[in-house]
Amino acid sequence: MTAAGHDTHHAPGAHEGHGHDAGHGSLKDYVIGFVLAVILTAIPFWLVMGRVLPTPQMTAVAVMGLAVIQVLVHMIYFLHMNSRSEGGWTLLALMFTLILVVITLSGSLWVMHNLNTHMMPLDAHDMKQMP
Amino acid sequence: MSPDLVKFIFGRLTWEAIPLHEPILLGTFIVVALGGLATLGLLTRYKLWGYLWREWLTSVDHKKIGVMYIILAIIMLLRGFADALMMRAQQAMAFGDNAGYLPSHHYDQIFTAHGVIMIFFVAMPLVTGLMNLAVPLQIGARDVAFPFLNNFSFWMTVGGAVTVMLSLFVGEFARTGWLAYPPLSNLAYSPDVGVDYYIWALQIAGVGTTLSGINLVVTIIKMRAPGMSLMKMPVFTWTSLCTNVLIVATFPILTATLALLTADRYLYTNFFTNDFGGNPMMYVNLIWIWGHPEVYILILPAFGVFSEVVSTFCGKRLFGYSSMVYATVVITILSYLVWLHHFFTMGSGASVNSFFGITTMIISIPTGAKIFNWLFTMYRGRIRYEVPMLWTVGFMVTFVIGGMTGVLLAVPPADFVLHNSLFLIAHFHNVIIGGVVFGMFAGITYWFPKAFGFKLDPFWGKVSFWCWLVGFWVAFTPLYVLGLMGVTRRVSHFEDPSLQIWFVIAAIGAVIILCGIIAFIVQIVVSVLNREALRDETGDPWGGRTLEWSTSSPPPAYNFAFTPVVHQLDAWWDMKARGYERPTTGYIPIHMPANTGAGVILAGISTVLGFALIWHIWWLAAVSFVALAAAAIAHTFNFKRDYYIPAEEVVRVEDARTEALRSLT
Repeated sequence: MTAAGHDTHHAPGAHEGHGHDAGHGSLKDYVIGFVLAVILTAIPFWLVMGRVLPTPQMTAVAVMGLAVIQVLVHMIYFLHMNSRSEGGWTLLALMFTLILVVITLSGSLWVMHNLNTHMMPLDAHDMKQMP
Repeated sequence: MSPDLVKFIFGRLTWEAIPLHEPILLGTFIVVALGGLATLGLLTRYKLWGYLWREWLTSVDHKKIGVMYIILAIIMLLRGFADALMMRAQQAMAFGDNAGYLPSHHYDQIFTAHGVIMIFFVAMPLVTGLMNLAVPLQIGARDVAFPFLNNFSFWMTVGGAVTVMLSLFVGEFARTGWLAYPPLSNLAYSPDVGVDYYIWALQIAGVGTTLSGINLVVTIIKMRAPGMSLMKMPVFTWTSLCTNVLIVATFPILTATLALLTADRYLYTNFFTNDFGGNPMMYVNLIWIWGHPEVYILILPAFGVFSEVVSTFCGKRLFGYSSMVYATVVITILSYLVWLHHFFTMGSGASVNSFFGITTMIISIPTGAKIFNWLFTMYRGRIRYEVPMLWTVGFMVTFVIGGMTGVLLAVPPADFVLHNSLFLIAHFHNVIIGGVVFGMFAGITYWFPKAFGFKLDPFWGKVSFWCWLVGFWVAFTPLYVLGLMGVTRRVSHFEDPSLQIWFVIAAIGAVIILCGIIAFIVQIVVSVLNREALRDETGDPWGGRTLEWSTSSPPPAYNFAFTPVVHQLDAWWDMKARGYERPTTGYIPIHMPANTGAGVILAGISTVLGFALIWHIWWLAAVSFVALAAAAIAHTFNFKRDYYIPAEEVVRVEDARTEALRSLT
């Protein structure tokens, strides 16, 4: 092992970011990703503007579902995530992030819901203050 | 000038904001100004400006940045500790008719500033500084992954610290406690600039913290020496990795929470107000989702330091290395599952409270495993009670007691009695001083010879240690007692004279800790004066086990002329055991990052932007925001990012070391 061999890690500005085994994606991948992203943006727009679904709640759920798919498309086609890139680190980081996001969101919802159900009921005067 | 024009130019800033009518602040200002002028004068007198700018302020060398972080932390420690002494003095005298010497609005600012400074500008820079100094050396790297980013992170932290310090002399600081809970911190109850100083100081410093977290995670994952698999990393590197993962994962939550509070204060939204559907409890919930991992961000690197120190000074491999690593990882995950224990009393039901009570108790299991690992490492070791080892033993005794009071507080019914009492204050000082502060002093003493080439004077180190240990217990045992008697925190005046004796004892303890801080400073001065006698020629003054001890003290700019190859845990110990021969020929030019002033400039502009936003000087905010973007874009056109240290230079440095090593034998 020579210093030169290791040297590649030390050039700032020259190559930040990608390691040796990270995928860079082909033009085809980017086009597929772009087309999917456009479709997944157009559908929610149409759902909202055209009032296609019977209730606003159903529209909201559908838009959220499409947003999740959109996130996945971005991660796979633009961030080149798969189980092999960077020796599995990107997948590990993704799983860690997901765990924390789930803990934060579901925990907050649980805690805040629990707090709210223990609040004293509002009287009529207080209710008027609510938006 | 018309009032409108003055208001346009200066925003909320008026002469009233300068505290000329407060003798304490005026006196402090005069002392600080004289000290600052004297420093500037000396720098000019000895023509050190160029040296300081070229070699330190613009440096991207991780070792120098680490040292600068620690210097920042020590300066801020003096400020934060001055706040502590003022609180102790006030509480020791303010009984019955005696109102003490601090008006309550000033006292409230002091306890807020004390907490904010000690966590964000003392503990965090100490931790980040030590990680910067030691991690690249421990993994056999020449610098961190993004050297410029490192310099920028440091200066953003300084920008935050400057903003907090500014509030002392221009305007005021928050009077809300260190986490600025709404509704108190919202416009209705805190219309002044105090909370805005708090918000912008933390946001500016938070940028630095987050970026430095990303930087160190990438460094540890991507830049380890060949052969150093994850389970061959030194424990300090492991704990640093976990800490930085926590930083990257949680600081955005703090940023977002403070941004929502900012929106409430600047854009009149109602996220955390009492009216219009706002919910202050959401702030408390969110801030603790950051806040609880934050305490593990602070303590994990300290655990790493103790692991290195114990195995080095017992001459033994660390007992249970893999259990240590797993314990660290388990703590990292569990630290996300306990946040509600900070607000058991705020209205949750039994199911929520018992869940978080149990997770809190579970987290003491991996922590306890670590304590046993250190004890078993000491068992039958050849223990050398040098100063880092003293801090470690002092930590084990103190921290275990702090941990046990923590488990007491984890029981929700007990917490209903003790919440917001001085018992809680004693508990978290017990773990933060006994854990983080002792750990950082152990780390500073341990790595000081690596950073500067000479050891710290052991006598004054021992004086400092004993003053801190004894002072801690004298200062905080009374607070445990008072807390059990029901005395709450953040009170500036008491009626019951029977309590006074406990506060007087606590004040005496604070003075003993002051002696410890003075002894630490004396220790540095004495060591610098006496550096020839304390010189470390070998690069391995303690009989170390990890790679940082394989290079010279202080290391050359490039750390390692040849990248070490790792075969075992405790790589340097393994190299020594196998009769490692230092290569003396075959040097080639070394590619290194170049210094840049962009970090200082960007952080300086950010600080001005923060000041403008605090005082509602909108034109200055706009100008500095544009300048910030322009400076950042201009920096991308700086192509002089790197240079080569010529082979002749490497040969010269390494030959000098060969000569120095030969003269030792």
